[in-house]
Amino acid sequence: MDFSVAEVRQILLAADALEREDPLRRAKRLAKRRVALLFYEASTRTRTSFELAAKALGADTTLVSSLSSSIEKGESLKDTGITLQALGAECIILRSPYSGAPYLLAQATGLPVLNAGDGMAEHPSQALLDLRTILQLLGIRASAISEKCLRGITLTICGDVLHSRVARSNALLLPRLGARVILCGPEQLLPKTAERMGPGITIERDFDAALRQSKIVMMLRIQAERLAGLSIDLDDYRRRYQANAGRIAACAPKAPILHPGPIIRGMEITSEVADGPQSAIARQVANGVPIRMALVARALKGGKR
Amino acid sequence: MDPASGLDAKRDVLLSEGKIAAIENPGQIRAAEAEIFDAKGLVVAPGLIDIHVHLREPGQGYKETIATGTAAAAAGGFTSVCAMPNTVPVNDAPETTRWMQAPERGASARVFPISAATRGSMGEALTDYAALKKAGAVAVTDDGKPILGDDIMLEALRAAAALDLPVIQHAEDTRLTGGCSMNAGVLAFRLGLRGMSVEAESSLVERDLDLLKRVKHGHLHVAHLSTKKALDAVRAARRAGLHVTCEVTPHHFALTEDRIGLYDTNAKMNPPLRAESDRAAMIEGLLDGTLDAIATDHAPHAAHEKEQEFDRAPNGITGLETALGLAISILHVRHKMPLPRVLALLSSRPAQALGLNRGILAPGVPGDVVVFDPAEKWVFQAEGSRSKSKNTPFDGWELQGRVRLTASEGRVVFRS
Repeated sequence: MDFSVAEVRQILLAADALEREDPLRRAKRLAKRRVALLFYEASTRTRTSFELAAKALGADTTLVSSLSSSIEKGESLKDTGITLQALGAECIILRSPYSGAPYLLAQATGLPVLNAGDGMAEHPSQALLDLRTILQLLGIRASAISEKCLRGITLTICGDVLHSRVARSNALLLPRLGARVILCGPEQLLPKTAERMGPGITIERDFDAALRQSKIVMMLRIQAERLAGLSIDLDDYRRRYQANAGRIAACAPKAPILHPGPIIRGMEITSEVADGPQSAIARQVANGVPIRMALVARALKGGKR
Repeated sequence: MDPASGLDAKRDVLLSEGKIAAIENPGQIRAAEAEIFDAKGLVVAPGLIDIHVHLREPGQGYKETIATGTAAAAAGGFTSVCAMPNTVPVNDAPETTRWMQAPERGASARVFPISAATRGSMGEALTDYAALKKAGAVAVTDDGKPILGDDIMLEALRAAAALDLPVIQHAEDTRLTGGCSMNAGVLAFRLGLRGMSVEAESSLVERDLDLLKRVKHGHLHVAHLSTKKALDAVRAARRAGLHVTCEVTPHHFALTEDRIGLYDTNAKMNPPLRAESDRAAMIEGLLDGTLDAIATDHAPHAAHEKEQEFDRAPNGITGLETALGLAISILHVRHKMPLPRVLALLSSRPAQALGLNRGILAPGVPGDVVVFDPAEKWVFQAEGSRSKSKNTPFDGWELQGRVRLTASEGRVVFRS
């Protein structure tokens, strides 16, 4: 998350403008420009919304995924990037299971690279669409984005923080706008060092206590694919960290509930909560396209990642 | 300047027939046929000794060969290098050990092989230490695949002790470091990388020291220490009378994990760069004498191997050409360690640690000499490296102390 506060404001303002714009005019902005989506991990929301965003601006898109390409034959990220460049890609949207991969690809190709999630490290476009969702819920305009615009707002991020790039990007972004971020989860999924990642971040192991302090709640799933030998007592986990109707009614009856997806119903969140009146999950997904339109447009203007 | 004897004076040195023929007061040596090298203003010292290098031969000549690796050694002032056994095949047999020392390899420095401690470095069955020693092995180790089993480690220490060989251990409990690519801590957390804990190193050192207590005349050498906790364990064990020696790399006293920046794979090695408190402890251990040697862990890798995602890139950096400059710049200039002590860490003391009959300036010993300018500042350029690989975090660093001439067994192998 290496955007300045001013850049964040510009991106969210651009998202507003592009969302409002006449679709036919909008489709001329990047007419026939070439955008490659390079996905080394499964993705529904991020891939579809990046693709729809690029197409809404008129760009030609091509999807290269690990199961249908030379990646399977052992081609390196660098060589795949150079190949896409030779085919005319002007921007690459990368999803990688490896932290830091976007830096490598940008260095290898010299192209603008949009990070669609890298390993456990970052998911910047998700954090930006989460921010847009939060601002909408709080009634704050994008033009008001500043170092202080979220002052007094506490947000709890609960779950598998250790393996979550969404948690990292949000925990690094929101405090820069004045918010306080509480991280919540068991030691195994939330090491104490997480607190020292940046300013404005605290750890609270008691989910109820965290909820009582929070204006907004973000739930995370347990990333079974990254547990690497960790064993979690799931019954105990549900008892302590599940967002269920009783707990939410008792501790955070008004707080919007966010979740970057995919949700595992009955695990970190129950259907009553995911589908209930406080759920902002569908709104988050809807915000994906305008944010990603702004990011793709910005990348192809020659701005930095 | 001969740190072993304490000599620090103006002398003429005559090399002849591969040996040091004479060391005399200026003007005393008569040798009309001799080629003269004017070392005015320079330091003449025993050729440097690096007891931990990876020369990649046999089997991985695309990374380095014995010829290119020892050419880099010569450029760095080293005349002896101890080659680790993680070659392809693993150097676990006398034929391989001998092959590495054969004249056909075209070495510019003396290669002392360190052979595998277990067959295939699989940690299961000991290799034939007597045969390996006879073939030229100076120690045994499984280096990057540390010996985890208590029984087999004890067996190795005993078998080696009977032959007066040290067992070298890369101290890492690999059961605790699966999938890890840097030091554990807040930086690893922020970068989304899995971290190796300090305990993964210190616990294995402590285990090995416990085993060493049970072995009469046993000698454990701990490779590339990187944590204060493990260093403290070695310090205490030595005070208790155990025969344990240890080394540190230049990068572990020069750099911290911050050097990784945005996933720079030239700052990825094992053990990983650590926190500042650990780096400071390495300096302390060098100053108080606990650390016996500076060893580079020279680990060349091809560019395409390092140009990968951080988790996928192999561990290791080159180090032979920057070691002397880093040692002088950091230990002598910044921390005021007298120059002879710096040189001892790069020659006589590592020689003692592994029982090599090198690292001294005296008539009759092999003609291994380095001549360097201790005051000259220069900029290291990876591109100009003699090594086949350029994977170094020190590209573009200004260093003090530049090698001007290296002679290995009487032969000039480098001159600048």
